[in-house]
Amino acid sequence: MTAPEFDGVDGVDPALGSASDPSPDGGHSPEPSTHTVRLELVDEPGQLLAALQPIADSGGNLLSIYHERGNKTPRGRIPVEVDFEATEERFEAIVEALREAGVNVMQAGTEEYAEELTVVVFGHLIDTDLSDTLTRIEGCASASVADVSLAAPRGTEDVSSARLRLEARAGETAAALEAVRSIAEEKGLRVVEPLAGVEA
Amino acid sequence: MKLAVIGAGAVGRSVVELAGEYGHEVVAVADSSSAIVEPDGVDAEAVLTRKAEIGVVGDDDPDDALAADYDVLVEATPTTLGDAEPGFSHLKTALERDRHVVLANKGPVAERFGDVRALEADSAGGVRFEATVGGAIPAISTVEDVEPSHVTAIRGVLNGTANFILTRMAAEGLDYDHVLAEAQDLGVAEADPSFDVEGTDAALKCVILSNVLSFGAAADPSSAREFTLADAAVSGIRDIPGSALRLAAEDGRTVRLIGEATGETVRVAPRLIPENGTLAVNGTQNIVQIETTHAGRLNISGRGAGGPETASAVLGDVGRLK
Repeated sequence: MTAPEFDGVDGVDPALGSASDPSPDGGHSPEPSTHTVRLELVDEPGQLLAALQPIADSGGNLLSIYHERGNKTPRGRIPVEVDFEATEERFEAIVEALREAGVNVMQAGTEEYAEELTVVVFGHLIDTDLSDTLTRIEGCASASVADVSLAAPRGTEDVSSARLRLEARAGETAAALEAVRSIAEEKGLRVVEPLAGVEA
Repeated sequence: MKLAVIGAGAVGRSVVELAGEYGHEVVAVADSSSAIVEPDGVDAEAVLTRKAEIGVVGDDDPDDALAADYDVLVEATPTTLGDAEPGFSHLKTALERDRHVVLANKGPVAERFGDVRALEADSAGGVRFEATVGGAIPAISTVEDVEPSHVTAIRGVLNGTANFILTRMAAEGLDYDHVLAEAQDLGVAEADPSFDVEGTDAALKCVILSNVLSFGAAADPSSAREFTLADAAVSGIRDIPGSALRLAAEDGRTVRLIGEATGETVRVAPRLIPENGTLAVNGTQNIVQIETTHAGRLNISGRGAGGPETASAVLGDVGRLK
């Protein structure tokens, strides 16, 4: 479900269009550009508005909001993706303001969680507290759990499998995998890791 | 070349049967309890019939075959771990007599590569072992052609039994135990499938490849790092639930038992790979993927086991010995 777009269309402010001089190399661009932040909201009234306020207050131009109500994060919260325009400087101030307002910013900009990896975990997932497993993976600084699919064809007390899509910070997929491996080992679960770097 | 074939399992028997086609002569054959030595060449058909009918290859003692006048000893006894005996002693005897050795037995090159190379250095004979990795697939000779110092990694599917089981589980949505029983009925899996499904067999092949890379790239072989099975991180496919394969398939992926050898590490584990990717070979097929510095990526797939297939690798090695 996508909320109606605000002001700009397709992320381009007509007022800026093909405007002024290209920005000089290096340093922060004074031109606004499009940014995406992924937020995690508690499922309570007013939370979305509270999260959008710091963006507007700091001069961000809201473009779109993708509010995934039906899709909860492993912590049971609701992921929201917000696109807005802001200069680089203002963008940083906005992320800071969001965090100060107590909003969990899962992803800001493009480089934070740049790499995706998928693993399949199997074993007594449910008996060993799947949500604790996911929370602990999330707790490792390198990765965030973007998506979980669970298959427990023989009921919750038997062996089941889960496919996890992880988003890892650039260059930190090895650390993220290591975290998954050690949590799995501790709980007697097995991990089918991707064959990394081989698009074969 | 005159061959002495030690070991009369599927591979040894196929070598006896096919040697003539490749222009070689078998002068001795031994199994664990008997032997036949014929300086003018054995009658392959008669030897194979006798083995099939009464379980022996001839009236001689196995030691007579080792002492026969041959150019190349073909060592095709079952792979053993640890001291790799009796295969290692067979190899040692031949090299000390300045004869060549062609191995189908993985033990000596997986567990005692340094010893094998040291014996070879003191002998006029050479040692070749193409048949130990990937059956019919020319993995080792390709690595030698590219040159080990220009190979950065080798990976692949190196066990047909495990691959058959994973392929069937994914295709039919069946569980491990069910497919294993089917594989045993078809003769694809042995009654005790541990060696294959626990990843040991694939690991031995990766250990051999790592030794080839390590010794081949070292300026001084005596300082090269030697690998044995103990250096391999191995995880098999036993107990993988059908649901894991189903979840992988929903995402366009599949699971294969992948072995990796880099000359520094050896690892065998079930891994997620793209469902239609190069490495996702089906059934009992094997594939070896060689990553090179200047020649890009080479892929060779084919039959990783079987008597005639493996014998073809043995006889290819014999042809390279001059």
